[in-house]
Amino acid sequence: MKAALLGQLVADRAARRPAALVTDLESGIQALIHEDGVAGALALDDAALAAGRAALAADRSGLLPLSGPRLFLQAVVPSPRLILVGAVHIAQALAPMAALAGYGVTVVDPRRSFATDARFPAFELTTEWPDEALARLAPDARTAIVTLTHDPKLDDAALGIALNSPAFYIGSLGSRKTHAARLKRLTEAGFSDAALARIHGPVGIAIGALSPAEIALSVLAQITAVRRAGSKPGEERAA
Amino acid sequence: MDASEQDVLQQALAWRGEGRKVAIATVIATWGSSPRPVGSQLAVNEDGAMVGSVSGGCIEGAVVREAQEIMAGARPRLLDFGVTNEQAWEVGLACGGKLEVYVEAVE
Repeated sequence: MKAALLGQLVADRAARRPAALVTDLESGIQALIHEDGVAGALALDDAALAAGRAALAADRSGLLPLSGPRLFLQAVVPSPRLILVGAVHIAQALAPMAALAGYGVTVVDPRRSFATDARFPAFELTTEWPDEALARLAPDARTAIVTLTHDPKLDDAALGIALNSPAFYIGSLGSRKTHAARLKRLTEAGFSDAALARIHGPVGIAIGALSPAEIALSVLAQITAVRRAGSKPGEERAA
Repeated sequence: MDASEQDVLQQALAWRGEGRKVAIATVIATWGSSPRPVGSQLAVNEDGAMVGSVSGGCIEGAVVREAQEIMAGARPRLLDFGVTNEQAWEVGLACGGKLEVYVEAVE
């Protein structure tokens, strides 16, 4: 691999720009595919380019399904993100766990006594209102959102934006009773049952979690199940 | 690919920036049970330091040995590991899976 190609891949990843490195396994010659262009010494015909773009869109590394020389495609796509609304005790456990699992974590809480650098060293922290923060962060299909405040003013503001986004996971902390009240408020705010069915609430999978770290583990397990196995709300019981 | 794979590329680039020789190994294909999926990567430098993985620790030693030769100037190589391969017995792919690993130097 040319050092310049490696540098480009690292830069693309940092800029959240999807890229794919295609290697001819016979010659070792490589090409770099983006959504809007192709570079490098390896010439790709239309069929190879189309197969490469399809694999990149599906975030799927592997051998391209073509006859001729074996071409391997390495998809280099942006990391998933996790937005936590509520700089609470559970968030202090969930943020570092999610970072270990590869998520870029942002913590949102306008309450300055909670949102302190001392409580969340090394994480992006904002004291914007949740609806403003989420609108700015623009959740995409690689984003998970979890509300943890128990305060309808904060959680509902976040959920309003989350439900209008393509976020792959939306979870809300709270008991069944709290969640039922939340669904009622959001219904009155105009959200359909189908939209509200996207919310995992009560949040997390059933592992008998008690401590903040255990609840964080339960939530991260559920996010993983949705991301990797396509679980839907209600398929697991709450923690 | 997740963030741990990104660390592999970033570390490889950082080593290059320090003037070290670097090789990258990538899982190209797997058959049967295999601990790391296609696209998993391992970077190694001339001092033998490594980041990432291409298996659960079964074949990393063999990959690093090949990587040293490739860093020293050999062509990129496609390595086969599996239960039918004598080398796999040597390096002990206990899971019974089979995989192909591509090893290349950063030039």
